[in-house]
Amino acid sequence: MGNEITRAHELAEDHKEISVAEFFEKNKHLLGYENLQKSLLTCVREAVDNSLDACEEMHVLPDIYVELKKIKENRFKFTIEDNGPGIVKEHIANIFGKLLYGSKFHKLQQSRGQQGIGISASVLYSQLTTGKDTKIYSKIGDGKVHVYELHIDTKTNAPVISKEHTIYGNGRGTRIEMEVKGKYMKGKRSIFDYLQQTAVMNPATKLVYLDPEGKKHLFDRAVTKLAKRPKEIKPHISGIELGTLKKMLKITNARNIVSFITTEFSRLGKQTADQIIIGAEVDPKLSPKNLTFNEMEALIESIERTKVSNPPTDCLSPVGETAIEKGIKKELHPEFVATITRKPAVYRGNPFQIEVGIGYGGDLDKEGQATIMRFANRVPLLYEQAACALTKSLMQTEWKRYGLSQVGTSIPTGPVIFTIHMISVWVPYTSEGKEAVASYPDIIKEVKLGLQDAGRKMQVYLSRKKRASDIEEKKETFRKYIPEIASALSRITGNDAKGIKDKLNKDLEGRVESLEVKTEQYDDLELNKGKTEKEEIEEVTEELKEEMTEKEE
Amino acid sequence: MDTSYTKNIKEEALKVIKQIDNSENPNLQILRRSLNNVFFDEDKRIIKLGDKKETRNYFNINQAKKFMQTIKILAQINENLQKKTPNISTRQLFYMTRGIIENSDEECFEDQSESDPIIEDVEVVLDTLREELGLIATPDGYFVGDIKVKDLVTGDLLDYTKMGSGGGAIPAIVEKDVYEIVECKAKFVVVLEKFAVWNILNQTKFWKKHNCIILTGKGQAGRSARRLLTRLSKEMKLPVYVLTDLDPWGYYIYSVYKQGSISLAYFSEKSSVPTAKYIGMTTRDIIKYKIPKSSWMKLKDIDYKRIKEIKKYDWFQAKEWQEELTRLEDFKYKVESDAFVTKSVDFVVNEYLPDKIKRQDFLP
Repeated sequence: MGNEITRAHELAEDHKEISVAEFFEKNKHLLGYENLQKSLLTCVREAVDNSLDACEEMHVLPDIYVELKKIKENRFKFTIEDNGPGIVKEHIANIFGKLLYGSKFHKLQQSRGQQGIGISASVLYSQLTTGKDTKIYSKIGDGKVHVYELHIDTKTNAPVISKEHTIYGNGRGTRIEMEVKGKYMKGKRSIFDYLQQTAVMNPATKLVYLDPEGKKHLFDRAVTKLAKRPKEIKPHISGIELGTLKKMLKITNARNIVSFITTEFSRLGKQTADQIIIGAEVDPKLSPKNLTFNEMEALIESIERTKVSNPPTDCLSPVGETAIEKGIKKELHPEFVATITRKPAVYRGNPFQIEVGIGYGGDLDKEGQATIMRFANRVPLLYEQAACALTKSLMQTEWKRYGLSQVGTSIPTGPVIFTIHMISVWVPYTSEGKEAVASYPDIIKEVKLGLQDAGRKMQVYLSRKKRASDIEEKKETFRKYIPEIASALSRITGNDAKGIKDKLNKDLEGRVESLEVKTEQYDDLELNKGKTEKEEIEEVTEELKEEMTEKEE
Repeated sequence: MDTSYTKNIKEEALKVIKQIDNSENPNLQILRRSLNNVFFDEDKRIIKLGDKKETRNYFNINQAKKFMQTIKILAQINENLQKKTPNISTRQLFYMTRGIIENSDEECFEDQSESDPIIEDVEVVLDTLREELGLIATPDGYFVGDIKVKDLVTGDLLDYTKMGSGGGAIPAIVEKDVYEIVECKAKFVVVLEKFAVWNILNQTKFWKKHNCIILTGKGQAGRSARRLLTRLSKEMKLPVYVLTDLDPWGYYIYSVYKQGSISLAYFSEKSSVPTAKYIGMTTRDIIKYKIPKSSWMKLKDIDYKRIKEIKKYDWFQAKEWQEELTRLEDFKYKVESDAFVTKSVDFVVNEYLPDKIKRQDFLP
């Protein structure tokens, strides 16, 4: 007996010794730090997302400065500064020096902070790879700048402040400086790529980026109005899973099952609650804490059978068609942009909304596959493109119908950029990496509809463009033969060739209008006529051939 | 040359200029030569072109180049007629109208297949034959017999009883104004599909013995052979008998001499012999004259297919022909007229033709 207790104590000791650092080390692939390139990107992403969220919360147009300085091989100094609200002095140490502090984890609100586990992980990554402290400057508008230098005690998951002082300074904002190990890459999934995509979907933001080569990039503001703040909501009852229900039953303050349903879920009245409870054949007076497993299951089944009103959609804040169009135009300079913001929809009780943008031509690369930019709550998704529902929906759309070339169900080719934005209080990801949206049928359907809407707009543009070039081509053909006709007519009649030529040329210019109308009106007819004519020619040719072979015989 | 054609061309050109002056879409009205405007005239018993016209517009993207080509060909023909140049071939005309279009790298005519159909268009626009416009098709036919012709181009008097073993070549243009039949003592015409058969008849002076003209178009007849035969039938009132191979292709060659062809339907009125008769070979002749089996050849799929097609043609609807076509299908063999020599070399000369003509054993 005694031995066993000792053994148990030993085990308990072992458990305690698993430090935050070890946890981080073991799970860094889930947190966005699996390799040097991605780690550097994750540090930038966490900080930029925080800055954007903070600015928007304060309703300030974001002004963000990002700098990466190469210190030596695979070692960078990363600096970010924003014009957000700043952080009150008391919170600074915990926000940066304690993992999972103040996380948005349990909040049902559309927000960026779903990537990684927050800025404190970057602080940890920095200290683990370089041994350096992170330096934070915070101004909340009281004329002071609080400066902290800190790292995390990996055993206790608590901040260790090595330097702290206050200086004077005006304005608001936060500045972070950290040294990290990383690898700087260009091209796809680079920091530039991430910042540019962020600029596309956050057109009210001004971003300045000084890259390790000393080159300054400006991603300028395209709109001066921030989207409205999304509201926080309660969970919606439809699509609730057993585990969640169980957890909610346990922590609720409701005294009976009816009030549990009406208070803990969004938009549910007593009538619907009664309906659910009668359907589940559960005693309505039952305390939520006393429900058996079977009763919970019956409740879930009844919920699935009951028609409930859709969740409110004021929890969603789309970027908007005009703003996305401006965002695409300013960053990528296509000749044409079509954008669509779909109406909110629901998957498994979660409201969501899809926004699609298509840019065509202009500065876009004509070679190869189209570029796809995926976003979840305005944050670019850079990895796992193939596994993502947004990509799948795009590949399953028939792009030939909208004037693009596409082989089977692949990504279409040509000078095209797609932006697909999913907004939701709860974006379902395929894995902890949070880089690919899971393939719920309701989501796929909405994305496809959005792509088709935008596709139709693009197709109208493309066919108009084609028509314009067709007309020019036709005019050119007509223009070409005029001198020949004029000189031949002149040879026969003795009339002045120049007169005929000038008259025909003048007539051609006057005909442009009618040429266009005619093409539209008679497109079909011309086609049919051409076809029969061709058939006839084939028939006649066949006859001639036969006669020829006869002759040979 | 006939100035009425230059007048017609000028009229057409002035019409177009007037359209241009009135800002109309410049156009030419051209009879359609496609299958859906071809029909069999039951009364005249010839294949004819209907009166469906197509408008060739300049301001129509599919027709612009053709319109230009048509005007160019008209201009060239007009010039040739005015200058009274010697007759030229369609290929020579193609070269005369060729040339790079100003400010482009495009040819007015890429190849002859573009200019040939335009020539046919011009024929129907001016309601005439190319022969009358100083254009010739390469002639390919021979004939001999008791007939004398004055060639007004060269001024020669041609006696077709004295043409030797090569026979007299049928010239490209056999129109009255250049090729005048001075005297004709022959009483009928025998047309042979195959030169080889014609050759035996010529060498053995079949024509002299039976006082006839023997003519071959060497397979499918060219334009001038058909024109000449038409003149012999219409002007000299000579009966015409045709001998071809026993196969659907031979039948069709006969029908072209008699009723004209689909592709040159506009030409039929001036080159068809509705009174022509078919001597043979027929399926019955094979049995009757005991043509040896060594000369039979199995009908192929393509032959059966052709038989079915011909059966449907309006001008093959006579009961005799429908029966003959069915018999051929049942017989399952075809027999070339060259194969008569398996019987004996002079079989066709001394036995087959005299017997058939004597008994007037023909198909209509």
